[in-house]
Amino acid sequence: MNEASFMGYRRPDGSIGVRNHVLILPSIFCTDHVVSQIAAMVRGTVAVQHDHGCGQLGIDIEQTERTLIGIGKNPNVAAVVVVGLGCEQLSAPYIAAKIAESGKPTAHVVLQEDGGTLQTMAKGCRIAAEFVREASQLKREPASLGALIIGTQCGGSDATSGMAANAALGVVSDRVIEAGGTALLTETSEFVGAEHLLVQRAIDEKVAGQIIKIVDIVEARAEAMGVDWVGSQPSPGNVAGGLTTIEEKSLGAIYKGGSTPVRAVIRYAEPPPTHGLVIMDTSSDDVASPVGMAAGGAQVILFTTGRGTPVGLPICPVLKITGNPRVAQAMAESIDFDASPILKGMPLLESGQRLFQELLQVVNGKLTYAEIFGFQDFSIDRLGPVL
Amino acid sequence: MLSEAAVVVFDPADNVATAKTNLATGDDIGLNDVEGESVPLNDPIPFGHKVAIRPIPEGAWVVKYGACIGRATRAIAVGEHVHVHNMVSVRGKVRS
Repeated sequence: MNEASFMGYRRPDGSIGVRNHVLILPSIFCTDHVVSQIAAMVRGTVAVQHDHGCGQLGIDIEQTERTLIGIGKNPNVAAVVVVGLGCEQLSAPYIAAKIAESGKPTAHVVLQEDGGTLQTMAKGCRIAAEFVREASQLKREPASLGALIIGTQCGGSDATSGMAANAALGVVSDRVIEAGGTALLTETSEFVGAEHLLVQRAIDEKVAGQIIKIVDIVEARAEAMGVDWVGSQPSPGNVAGGLTTIEEKSLGAIYKGGSTPVRAVIRYAEPPPTHGLVIMDTSSDDVASPVGMAAGGAQVILFTTGRGTPVGLPICPVLKITGNPRVAQAMAESIDFDASPILKGMPLLESGQRLFQELLQVVNGKLTYAEIFGFQDFSIDRLGPVL
Repeated sequence: MLSEAAVVVFDPADNVATAKTNLATGDDIGLNDVEGESVPLNDPIPFGHKVAIRPIPEGAWVVKYGACIGRATRAIAVGEHVHVHNMVSVRGKVRS
């Protein structure tokens, strides 16, 4: 095993998982509780809970559909049981059929058609149990880092995010890309004030124009609300941590993506069309943005935090990094990597190299604190009202 | 010379430094005024917060990471805390 490879689960579509979950997925929020009951019954499964799937319009329902299908197709997922109600906009058979295109075992159950709530639960449990038996036979095998998509995220930022944690993560993004892999940079509102630096790194005019466009849209959307960003971006905790303006926060935030050219700009939950650094247009929501990246195929999220946060995803390890020495101790049970030695003089490249080693351990199976404590947060960016 | 243990300056163009530890009023972190005289801190600077290392006139850009992070809402002297009370973002505003 050298630094350019890891041990992962090879899926029928050729993608490589770093985890081996059987996913119980609601096609509609009405089945959230049934899904959680199935997951509680069947060891080896993970449940997603969400509040989407009906009463949505146009690009908003398309985004939900893309997200649910993408989460099912994520390489960390060995098999999927989609649970539907029966009268919803996004039907369980449809979502399951789209996920099944990846070749992984996929099934669906529908409450209104499978004998009611309890019988559907039982049917779902039986299917999930068989899927777990199959998945438990799968073995990790060597894979290239070129198969890896890392998602980068910051949440609860303070001044140490730009000084240490995001900078160390940038080193890792560069290393993964150098090895042929992909890094996703998200949180479009946190490009504001730093977009000129991303535009300079765009591989062509089309990508440059897309970067400007997504920033324009997020500013216009906020302006349509008729209020300034003050109090929201940066957040009160960001301000307490020394970040005064969105420009300052953004300049520190974009370090996460490293220093390589921006090769593409994609929509929320869309698979990256190329290796290298790719921008995904998401909100700065600490859960919805990582979920968008997971739906785009990211197998692992590297999450920097200056103030500290416990969040985790159902299907991806979320490797938490802080540059704040106080938080590294005070929230030790949520922090997987301490980048704060940079503030005491550790060279950035050395900290980045150590973080890269931690990433390799995590993709090889080392559990993150968010996984150990069972954090399974899930949220999807909304683009429109619910009718 | 600015104390590397006390603050970090990210870019030669910056007119603010960021505190690497909690700093107190009167601390000498190596700041000088335009005549080269030593300037003690005017304000306490909490960990992660910014201190002016050059005079910043009212309306001028505040520069960190070599980029503009907002404008001074009043003149800021060397050694003063730079934050929401004396600078403001130019983005994310409703255009009137």
